[in-house]
Amino acid sequence: MDIHEYQSKEILSEYGVPIAAGGLAYSPEQAAYRATEIGGNLWVVKAQIHSGARGKAGGIKVCKSEDEVAKAAEELLGKKLVTHQTGPQGKVCHRLYIEAGCNIEREIYMAFVLDRSKESVTVVASAEGGMEIEQLAIEKPDSIIKVAVEAAVGMQPFQAREIVFALGLDKTQVNQAVTTILGCYRAMRDLDANMVEINPLVVTKEGNLLAVDAKMGFDDNALFRHSNISELRDKSQEDVREMNAADRGLSYVGLDGNIGCIINGAGLAMATMDMIMHAGGEPANFLDIGGGASPDRVSKAFNLVLSDDNVKCILINIFAGINRCDWVAEGIIQAVQKIDLKVPVVVRLSGTNVEQGRKMLEDSGLPLIMAETLREGADKAVAEWKKAGK
Amino acid sequence: MAIHLKKTTKVLVQGFTGQIGSFHSADMIKYGTNIVGGVTPGKGGMQHLEKPVFNTMKEAVDATGAEASIIFVPPPFAADSIMEAADAGIRFCVAITDGIPSQDMIRVKRYMRRYKAEEKMVLTGPNCAGTISPGKSMMGIMPGHIYIPGNVGVIGRSGTLGYEAASQMKEIGVGISTSVGIGGDPINGSSFKDHLEMFEKDDETKAVVIIGEIGGPQEVEAAMWAKENMSKPVVGYIAGLTAPKGRRMGHAGAIISAVGESAAEKVEILEECGVSVVPNPSSFAPIIKDVLDKAS
Repeated sequence: MDIHEYQSKEILSEYGVPIAAGGLAYSPEQAAYRATEIGGNLWVVKAQIHSGARGKAGGIKVCKSEDEVAKAAEELLGKKLVTHQTGPQGKVCHRLYIEAGCNIEREIYMAFVLDRSKESVTVVASAEGGMEIEQLAIEKPDSIIKVAVEAAVGMQPFQAREIVFALGLDKTQVNQAVTTILGCYRAMRDLDANMVEINPLVVTKEGNLLAVDAKMGFDDNALFRHSNISELRDKSQEDVREMNAADRGLSYVGLDGNIGCIINGAGLAMATMDMIMHAGGEPANFLDIGGGASPDRVSKAFNLVLSDDNVKCILINIFAGINRCDWVAEGIIQAVQKIDLKVPVVVRLSGTNVEQGRKMLEDSGLPLIMAETLREGADKAVAEWKKAGK
Repeated sequence: MAIHLKKTTKVLVQGFTGQIGSFHSADMIKYGTNIVGGVTPGKGGMQHLEKPVFNTMKEAVDATGAEASIIFVPPPFAADSIMEAADAGIRFCVAITDGIPSQDMIRVKRYMRRYKAEEKMVLTGPNCAGTISPGKSMMGIMPGHIYIPGNVGVIGRSGTLGYEAASQMKEIGVGISTSVGIGGDPINGSSFKDHLEMFEKDDETKAVVIIGEIGGPQEVEAAMWAKENMSKPVVGYIAGLTAPKGRRMGHAGAIISAVGESAAEKVEILEECGVSVVPNPSSFAPIIKDVLDKAS
C-alpha cells in the first residue's frame, strides 16, 4: 500500500527526520491560509497523488505570494496528472500539501528497500540527488552507496556514519544525517514498510538537512498489525477495478489488450497471458481468482473482466486440482447463466475429472468454445477476437 | 532416491486441526504420506485423523521422531511456527501459508543462520504448493495424480503453473523424481539454486526444470550457478513476458522492480548460461523430452 507524501513526512518526522513546515489543503482558500500560517515568502504547492515525477507533470509549483499559492491550488485541485508511473489514465489530485520553500545547496538520494538477494533491508544512497534511482543506476552507477542491515541487531550508527561520510556531507551535518538515516530505518522496521525513499534529501544554503520529498510503501501482508497505517489508504488514488477485485479477494491488473483472462493461480495467469501474446493477441488483464475457483469467484471474475469495454473475448483457463473440474464447470455454468454475455468465451479446463467437466460445459447449451490445451485455448481466443473485428 | 522426501519420511502437520490443515492432511494420508501427527497449541493429547496431536513441536518430534513438517498456520503466526520447527530439529519444512509479512521472513532467515549447515532445516515456501516425490510421498496441496514417477527434478515458484507443466509431462510419459515448490513470496526459505544443488547430487534425477517468473534475482543466480557447477541439463521457463514493470502480478514477489527482473532479461541470461529455455508455456513436454533424450 502506498501513502501520500504528506503522510510519509508526518510519520518520518516522528522518527527524527527533518522536514519543512507545511500543511494540508483541500481548497484554494485553505491553501492561502496555510501559506500565511507557515509564514515566510516562499512556498511550494504540491499535488498529493500516489506517484513520483510529479514535478515534470506540473504537479509542483513554487509560489512567492499567498495569491500565487491560491492560484496554483485552484489549478491543481481536481486536475488529472499523468506521469510515467501513473500510466496514461493519470491520477486525480484531491489534496495539496503547502510547504515552506528552502534554499537548496545540494541534493542527495536516499532509499531504504527490501533487498531480495541479501534478504535484508538495504540502504541505497547517492550524492547525485533529484534523479530517479533507475536513471542513476544507468548514468552514475559508481555514485550509488549500498549498505545492508543485519536483521538481528538492526541498523547501527557506524553504518549510518559510513553512508554520511561517503556522501561527502560536512562534519556539522553528521549528527543530523545519522539521526535521519537511523530514523528512516526504525520507521521501516516498526511499521513494516517495504520502501522508504527521500529524494531529494536536501542540504540548505544555511547548512541544514531537509527531506524535501518523501515516499513510503507498506507490506500489504503486515497491515493487519498496523491499523493506523491502513487508515491512511486513499482509495481515490487506486484503480477502481483493481480495488474492487482486491476487496473480493481477487488479484487483477488492467492492461491494454482485448482478450480478457480468468485464471487460477498467479504463475498460470502470467503464462496464459504469454501464450496469448505468442498466439498473436494481447491480454486485457491479469486476473488470478485463486487456487480454488469457486462458483462465487468465477462469477465475480466475469463481472470484473466485462467491466472493461476493451474486452472483445474472454479466455478462461482453470487447472483444477483438489477442487475438481466438474465443480469448476458448475461454477462457470452458474456464472454465465446469470450474465448477459455479449462476447465469446473460450474455456480450457485441465486437471482432476477433466472429461466430466468438459462434458458438463458442452451439455449446458451455453455458447462456450471449448479448448483442450493451453495452446488451443490461446489460439481460439485470438481467432475469436479477430473475428470480432478487432 | 529423489530429494527431501522418501516414502518413509515422517511428517508432522503444523496447524493440524484447522479446516485447511485437516482437509489437506486427509488428502496427503490418502496419497500415502507418512503423517505421524500434528501440532495445534492447546489441543495436545487429542487424536485427529487417527493421529496424535501435540502442543509443541519439540514434544511432537520427541514422541514421533519426525524429520519433516508442513505448515498451514495463518499468516500472523506462521513465522513463529517455522522457527519452532527449526528449533525442534525438523530437517525439511514446507510452509504453505500465503501472506506472511516480509520482515517476518527476514527474521526467520536470520534465525536459521544459527544452525550449522549439517543441522540446518531446509525451508520451502512460504506461499507454495509443496513438494512431492511421486509415488512415494506428498507434502503439499497439489493434486497428486498429475505427477508420475521418473527422472526429472522440478523447481517452481507457482502452484498451478507447476501443475500445468507436470500434466504436460505426464501426457507424454515423462516422470518426476521430486517436484519442489519454492513459493511466490519476495523472501523465501530456499531458492532455485539450493534445490539445483541437491538435484545435482541425486542419482535418480537426470535433468532439472526450473519454472520461474518475473521479479527477484533467483532464476539468474541459479542459472549462473548451474553453468559452473551442474553436470545435468537444466530446462527453464520464465512466466510474465507480458507483465508491465512495477505492477504486482498476484504473487507478492512477482513484480519487476529492478534491472534484470523482467522475463525477457531473465530468459536472455538463462540462455547465455546454457539453460534450455521453454519458449512458451505449451512447450514444456517436448523441450524436456528432447533434453532427456540427448542426456541419455
